[in-house]
Amino acid sequence: MSLRILVGCKRVIDYAVKIRVKPDKSGVITEGVKHSMNPFDEIAIEEAVRMKEKKIAKEIVAFSCGPTQCQETLRTALAMGADRGIHVEVSGPEYETLQPLHISKMLAKLAKDEQIDLIIVGKQAIDDDCNQTAQMTAALLDWPQATSASKIEAKDGSLQVVREIDGGLETIKVKLPSVVSADLRLNEPRYATLPNIMKAKKKPIKKLAPKDLGVDVSPRIQVVTVEEPPVRQAGAKVENVDAVVEKLKALGHA
Amino acid sequence: MTSLIQVLKTPLALRSAHIIKRSLASTTNPTPSSTPTPQLDKQGPSTGYCFELTPEQREVQELARKFAREEIIPVAAHHDRTGEYPWELIKRAHSLGLMNGHIDAEFGGMGLSNFEGCLIAEELSYGCTGIGTAIEANGLGQSPVILAGNKDQKKKYLGRMVEEPLMCAYGVTEPGAGSDVANIKTKAEKKGDHYVLNGQKMWITNGGHANWYFVLARTNPDPKAPAHKALTGFIVDRDTPGVTPGRKEINMGQRASDTRGITFEDVLVPKENVLLGEGAGFKIAMGAFDQTRPPVAAGAVGLAQRAYDEALKYSLERKTFGVPIFKHQAVAFMLADMAIGIETSRLAWMRASWEVDQGRRNTYYASIAKALAGDVANKCATDAVQIFGGNGFNSEYPVEKLMRDAKIYQIYEGTAQIQRVIISRELVSRFTE
Repeated sequence: MSLRILVGCKRVIDYAVKIRVKPDKSGVITEGVKHSMNPFDEIAIEEAVRMKEKKIAKEIVAFSCGPTQCQETLRTALAMGADRGIHVEVSGPEYETLQPLHISKMLAKLAKDEQIDLIIVGKQAIDDDCNQTAQMTAALLDWPQATSASKIEAKDGSLQVVREIDGGLETIKVKLPSVVSADLRLNEPRYATLPNIMKAKKKPIKKLAPKDLGVDVSPRIQVVTVEEPPVRQAGAKVENVDAVVEKLKALGHA
Repeated sequence: MTSLIQVLKTPLALRSAHIIKRSLASTTNPTPSSTPTPQLDKQGPSTGYCFELTPEQREVQELARKFAREEIIPVAAHHDRTGEYPWELIKRAHSLGLMNGHIDAEFGGMGLSNFEGCLIAEELSYGCTGIGTAIEANGLGQSPVILAGNKDQKKKYLGRMVEEPLMCAYGVTEPGAGSDVANIKTKAEKKGDHYVLNGQKMWITNGGHANWYFVLARTNPDPKAPAHKALTGFIVDRDTPGVTPGRKEINMGQRASDTRGITFEDVLVPKENVLLGEGAGFKIAMGAFDQTRPPVAAGAVGLAQRAYDEALKYSLERKTFGVPIFKHQAVAFMLADMAIGIETSRLAWMRASWEVDQGRRNTYYASIAKALAGDVANKCATDAVQIFGGNGFNSEYPVEKLMRDAKIYQIYEGTAQIQRVIISRELVSRFTE
């Protein structure tokens, strides 16, 4: 098998940063805040690189959509082992309203243009937690999908994927080409070594605009307001279990 | 400057054209902690001062930071307690490309600039200066070879360091001569195609694990011969008969690092292992310091930053008299003074490192950086213990280790006093120009 894999890498606010809501409640503060690759996307890239090392894949294309700084995200993907990058440039207010549907349309078009056999994305992004892109991309392409993958095995033109679901683990078989979304326990992403970081600089990144892919990025969803979660209320101590039940009943919880 | 120094500078100057393109946009980190700078769309101008790291430099810093926080910090206390040499971490650092950065691409290295090496040093030291020193001491041992080695020597002794995780050491200090390098007593007598080395070195970092040593020895027995004619630099393989490392010294701090005395008894060193030529040793040994003082200063800043981060976090959690202790100005002022020290000593190592990357003699800046950073590290570590109070004195909390580790920064790589001798010498030479 020699697959060409397309991996989506989203540039998000770093997981360790304390998020602050903008005073006008239109969103969160992103200016001057540390950003990095969505952790689930790192897992996706790692899986693609491992498939290349096992000679199941022959080329890995990393994709990112957003402002100029997405090039850094792509460089990280290249340093981890992707072969080339595609950056669809969207910035300013257009970027603020970018949604999974737009990304899915871009991925679908790129999959056709670049003759992709397998799309791997993170199952969700840690900023919007949508968990939609993989599913919508598969639908647009009419390809089978395997989401929340915790194990992928390639066998003669199809993939055997173990999915993490609420009830436990589900094993399914999907024919290629397909779309897979990576879950947390799929693998442990590698560090990019310094030599690989240096090599990544020479790998090509193609720049495109959304209209080059025939995608209209006007929003279908409008964010009404963004607020911080309510401040945690103090608890109360009671003497015994019966008192707990009494209190819960009084508060209407039981 | 003598023509010898011009010779020593040429290898750097030839490379500096390539390095200058990167360094012109290279700069300092303006945030008051060690978080990366906000990613800007445009780079600063290439003329005049610019305090922004290039994206490449940020990546190098990020990798080193990740390694230090995720892999060094969890095991640092163990290595400090047991004194166990951190081989596993060294192998990991080596596989990630965080070691031997200064070795030229021609010999398999990455030809990193001094600045990038210092970025790595600061981040590793944040994790643990003992482990950082073990990793960085390679840089000190390699420096004479990088500066003054011929192609065969570089290929043989630097090439092997890239292929597998090997250590090397810088053997100049003796039991009777530390600051006074000109007074070393280790003898090297020429006998046919070899030199016979006899003597004792002391406080050699990586002494017990080194694959080879840079050794400074006296080739001219005439007591009236000046230092810059009487001493010669040699590369000595560890497995040469007669080389005996002593026991691992138990030190106050940086205990993960391996420091030993080394005895040389009738050690035969082939003449091919002489660096430059007889009598060139002193200048080579001193020239190495211009390369290695900035990373040591950067290491001290890393320790200071760690002390500050730990103390700040604690001061916002610990309550006294009903409020977090940060609210008491006495504590807040201590932290402010720590920040002042960290910002300025960081700028100092960056200037010293940038100067040497431009191909210029940076002795003045390197000494200032090392002197300042050593003092800042000690003050920050002591104040961190103070802020932790009784907890700070206890081994369950990380700051007592920082205080023990910090002290050596005022001693090795040129004592605080020697740095001031060097700086004052530079001052007077500029005045009389």
